[in-house]
Amino acid sequence: MSQKNMKLIDKKGVRLDGRKPDELRPIKIDVGILSNADGSAYIEQGKNKILAAVFGPKELHPKHMALPDRMVLRCRYHMAPFSVQERKSPAPSRREVELSKVIREALEPSIFLEYYPRTGIDVFIEVLQADGSTRCASITAASSALADAGIPMRDLVVACSTGKVDGTIVLDLMDTEDKMGEADVPLALMPNLNAITLLQMDGQLTLEEFEKAVNLALEGCKKIYTLQKEALKAKYVSFKEAEE
Amino acid sequence: MPTFFERKQLVVPGDLIAEDDYIAGENTYAEGKRIYASRIGIVDYENKKVNVVALRAFYIPKVGDIVIGTVTEIGFNGWTVDVNSPYQAILRASDALSRPFRPQRDDLSQVLDVGDLIVAKITAYDRAHDPQLTVAEPGLGKITRGQIIKITPTKIPRVIGRKGSMISMIKQETGCQIILGLNGVILVTGKTLEDEQLAIMAINKIEEESHTSGLTDRITQMLKEMKEKRGAN
Repeated sequence: MSQKNMKLIDKKGVRLDGRKPDELRPIKIDVGILSNADGSAYIEQGKNKILAAVFGPKELHPKHMALPDRMVLRCRYHMAPFSVQERKSPAPSRREVELSKVIREALEPSIFLEYYPRTGIDVFIEVLQADGSTRCASITAASSALADAGIPMRDLVVACSTGKVDGTIVLDLMDTEDKMGEADVPLALMPNLNAITLLQMDGQLTLEEFEKAVNLALEGCKKIYTLQKEALKAKYVSFKEAEE
Repeated sequence: MPTFFERKQLVVPGDLIAEDDYIAGENTYAEGKRIYASRIGIVDYENKKVNVVALRAFYIPKVGDIVIGTVTEIGFNGWTVDVNSPYQAILRASDALSRPFRPQRDDLSQVLDVGDLIVAKITAYDRAHDPQLTVAEPGLGKITRGQIIKITPTKIPRVIGRKGSMISMIKQETGCQIILGLNGVILVTGKTLEDEQLAIMAINKIEEESHTSGLTDRITQMLKEMKEKRGAN
C-alpha cells in the first residue's frame, strides 16, 4: 500500500513524528476516573484517547448466557463518531465486533474466571480519538480498569504494536505508519508470567523480521507495564505516603 | 526463601511477592513455588502465610455472615434481596414468618415490600447456589429507623477494630446503635439525628484513613471535640 513518493522514515532514521524506530509515543494512564463504573481507566498514547470502564462481577443478563462453572467476560470496543477524520457511524462495524472479540480473548487468560461462576463482567472500551494501535492501547486500559474494579487477576495485561515501515522494523505504529507501512504486529503480554495473550500480524514479514518485531514489541510492553503499574499505584499513593 | 515486598507495601495484580517456603493466603495465588498478588492491596505476612489486604474488592457471601440488604423482588414464596454482592440473595417466606406460610392467604408484600431494608443472616451458600437468608433470629428483620451508609466491604474489619475496640468506642461516644453488615452496609440508629451524623462521620473517616495506625485514638479525639463543639453552641 505504500506510496512511492512518500517517505515515512528519513535518511537519519527519524519517523514522521520525530521518533526513533524503537521509541514509544508519550503515554499517560489514569486509573479510577469514572465514579459510576466499578473500575475505570483512561489512556493517552500519542494522539490516541481511550476510556475503559468495567462493571461487575454481577448477575448476568440475559440469564441464559451465564455459565455454571465460570464468569463470563463481555467486551465492547467502540469508536466514537468523532474519533476519526471522517465521521464514523456509531453502529458497531465489522471491525469493532472483531476487535471486541480479540480484546476479550487477550484479557480472559489474566482473570480468575473460575472464582465466581454464574456471574458476568462487562468491559466497555470507548475510543474517543484514534491514531493507530488502538487495540493495544485498549487492552492496556481495560486491564488497568479490571484491576481497579478489584477483580482477581493472575497478572496485568499490556499490549504494544510493532510493524515494518519503509523496510525498517519500528515500535508503536501510529495511524499513517499503520496504513502506509508494510506490516503491523500487535502483541499483548502478561509481563510477570511472561505469557503472550494476543499476537496478530497484518502484512508480510520474513521470519527474521517477524522475530525482530516480536522481540521489539515485548520490550515495548515492558516499558508500558512500568507506566501502567505506576498509574495503578498512583491512585492509592495516599495509602503508601500515610504509612511512612 | 526470599520475599520481594515489605509488610504494608502496595502491590498490583501479578506482582511476585514471595518464593519457596511460603503459603498463598488471601488475594494471592501460587504458581509452582512462586506467590503472586491477585488484587491491588497491601502485603501482610502471617508467619509463613502471605496475604494481600485488598483495597478494592466486592462482597462474597459466607454462611453465618450478618448482612444488610434491599428487597428487590417479591416472588411466589419469598423475596429476592440485593446484598451488594455479585449474587442475588433469596429470603424464603417460611424463614420470615413466625408461622407456617400459606400461599393462598398470606400477602408477602404486607410483610416485606420492594425497597424495604432488612438485616439478615446467610444460612446457605456455595458456588452452585445463590445465598439464602433468614430473619428468624433476634436482632434480624426489617429496618424501621436509622441511617444507612455503604463502605468498601474489605474495610469492615477496620471499623470493628481489634477485638471490637473501634466499634464499641463509637457506640459509646455517640450513643448510637450500629449494625455492621459484612457486605459493607452499615446501619446507624441513634436518639437524635446529630448523634447519627456524628457516628457516620466517624465511620467515613475510618474508611478514608483505614490504612493508618493509631486511628482509634484519633477518632475518639475527633468525636470528643465534635461533642464539645455541639455542647458549646
